[in-house]
Amino acid sequence: MNLSSPPSGMVENRPWLTFFSHAILVAGVLLVAFPLYITFVASTLTLEQILSVPMPLVPGDQFWNNYTQVITAGSQRGAAAPVGRMMLNSLVVALVVPLGKISISIISAFAIVYFKFPLRNFFFWMIFVTLMLPVEVRIIPTFKVAADLGILNSYAGLTLPLIASATATFLFRQFFMTIPDELAEAARIDGAGPMRFFVDVLLPLSKTSMAALFVIQFIYGWNQYLWPLLITTDESMYTTVIGIKRMITGGDALTEWHLVMATAMLALLPPALVVMLMQKWFVKGLVETEK
Amino acid sequence: MAAEKRVVFRSAWLPYLLVAPQIAITVIFFFWPAFQAAWYSFQLQDAFGLQTEFVGLRNFHELFGDPRYLESFKITAVFSILVSTIGISISLLLATMANRVIRGAMGYKTFLIWPYAVASAVAGVIFAFLFAPSVGIVTFALKQIGVHWNWVLRGDQAMILVVVASIWKQISYNFLFFLAGLQSIPKSLIEAAAIDGAGPIRRFWTVVFPLLTPTTFFLLVINIVYAFFDTFGVIDATTQGGPAGATNILVYKVYHDGVKSADLGGSSAQSVILMIIVIALTVVQFRFIERKVHY
Repeated sequence: MNLSSPPSGMVENRPWLTFFSHAILVAGVLLVAFPLYITFVASTLTLEQILSVPMPLVPGDQFWNNYTQVITAGSQRGAAAPVGRMMLNSLVVALVVPLGKISISIISAFAIVYFKFPLRNFFFWMIFVTLMLPVEVRIIPTFKVAADLGILNSYAGLTLPLIASATATFLFRQFFMTIPDELAEAARIDGAGPMRFFVDVLLPLSKTSMAALFVIQFIYGWNQYLWPLLITTDESMYTTVIGIKRMITGGDALTEWHLVMATAMLALLPPALVVMLMQKWFVKGLVETEK
Repeated sequence: MAAEKRVVFRSAWLPYLLVAPQIAITVIFFFWPAFQAAWYSFQLQDAFGLQTEFVGLRNFHELFGDPRYLESFKITAVFSILVSTIGISISLLLATMANRVIRGAMGYKTFLIWPYAVASAVAGVIFAFLFAPSVGIVTFALKQIGVHWNWVLRGDQAMILVVVASIWKQISYNFLFFLAGLQSIPKSLIEAAAIDGAGPIRRFWTVVFPLLTPTTFFLLVINIVYAFFDTFGVIDATTQGGPAGATNILVYKVYHDGVKSADLGGSSAQSVILMIIVIALTVVQFRFIERKVHY
């Protein structure tokens, strides 16, 4: 954010307009934060307190009880799978997906930019087309492929189909194009092979792009829903986002909302913290990959 | 491909080895299933999946003769228009204000961007709780002002619920892009307009907004794609397409018909139609990005 010279400050001083701007922004922040606040409050109450409409608007004293209950044992009426295990599964997906994506995308971008070979354009085009085939449009056949490969209910099944990435490949390709040719030339004159050049020159230069991509893809991996929903039937392989959905037993008076909301907090905190603490990388990753 | 490197390496096998992992995953998990979806869409299976028959375009024919499918198209259109226009308007307002203020700008930004991190299914669950017919706190507040709220029974309210939840999640994304767009507008232009006597509102509509057109178009396409596909979690965690199909958007219908009703041919035909929509949207998106570059 540009703090030194905002446009209006230089042009004129309108106190009422500044006040109005702050009012709108505060209202925006409150509206955006309200659902999170209620979720947190509900996660610290007993079910009885929530069912006594309206529920209290200040946190209760059940924080420890509710959270230990869901982390170690899950819900009581819905799925009884411990959320601790689900968070571990989510973490595996959220780490393997970005690492896998970055690895296979950076090497394919390296091949496409720094080598001339007959099928280069064809491969580039193939990677590009994956942009147009989101999992939502090929649900059942993709499920069948995973079933045929025997990777249902496994980490391989949860992560492998998600690590192909056109956007990551584009990002690295774009970045490599900006690297001066002299570097590759110098490396070649020094007798360094392509892999040596890749490891010693390209990788260190790509650190920033990798960090930005990692933050975006961590969130993407943690928040996956449709794909894990299709291929995990075994409770021990549920991710947190799937687990929370399975806790809702239907009928809002029957659902154990205090436990569901505690799980919701556990499902949203890790990615939310990543966004807020690594804001710089997050914004860079978002704006550069353009999704 | 546009630009070329002047210096390239030569190797008969290394580049193939380097692209192999990406291409393998692309072929196995993208191309092969997409090809199969297209193939199934021309076939009819019996209830046990034992016999398949090639039926040509019959699945498509039936699909477009099915009033529920046409209804799903209409619902998807209404849903995506509401999500994108309202979401973009709110974000533009917030970004314009954030670009104005000096004090607290960083704080506002930090507290506006975190919903991006919330999974759409989790957003759905949270809003389902806030608006729950019997225990929801918003339901209670609405009752105080005389609104009887029950999205489980009323289709229009179910639509409002999924629209609100989807917008809430997408505001951060729109906000960041608008803020970046606003900050790239040369200050001299705004000063010039101010010297000519244009007030802040007039300056916004005659100078700022036209310069944001590329960003707005880009966000419009991104939001439509988001509403079409990424809101699956919101729908599945709240209304599941109901009541009576009132929120049954195309993506949810593909899932429902294919997974829950096991109608392979019909679901695959729907997949193919969705694929055509994605291709069209991607082409439009890339056109706009290119234009943005030349702007």
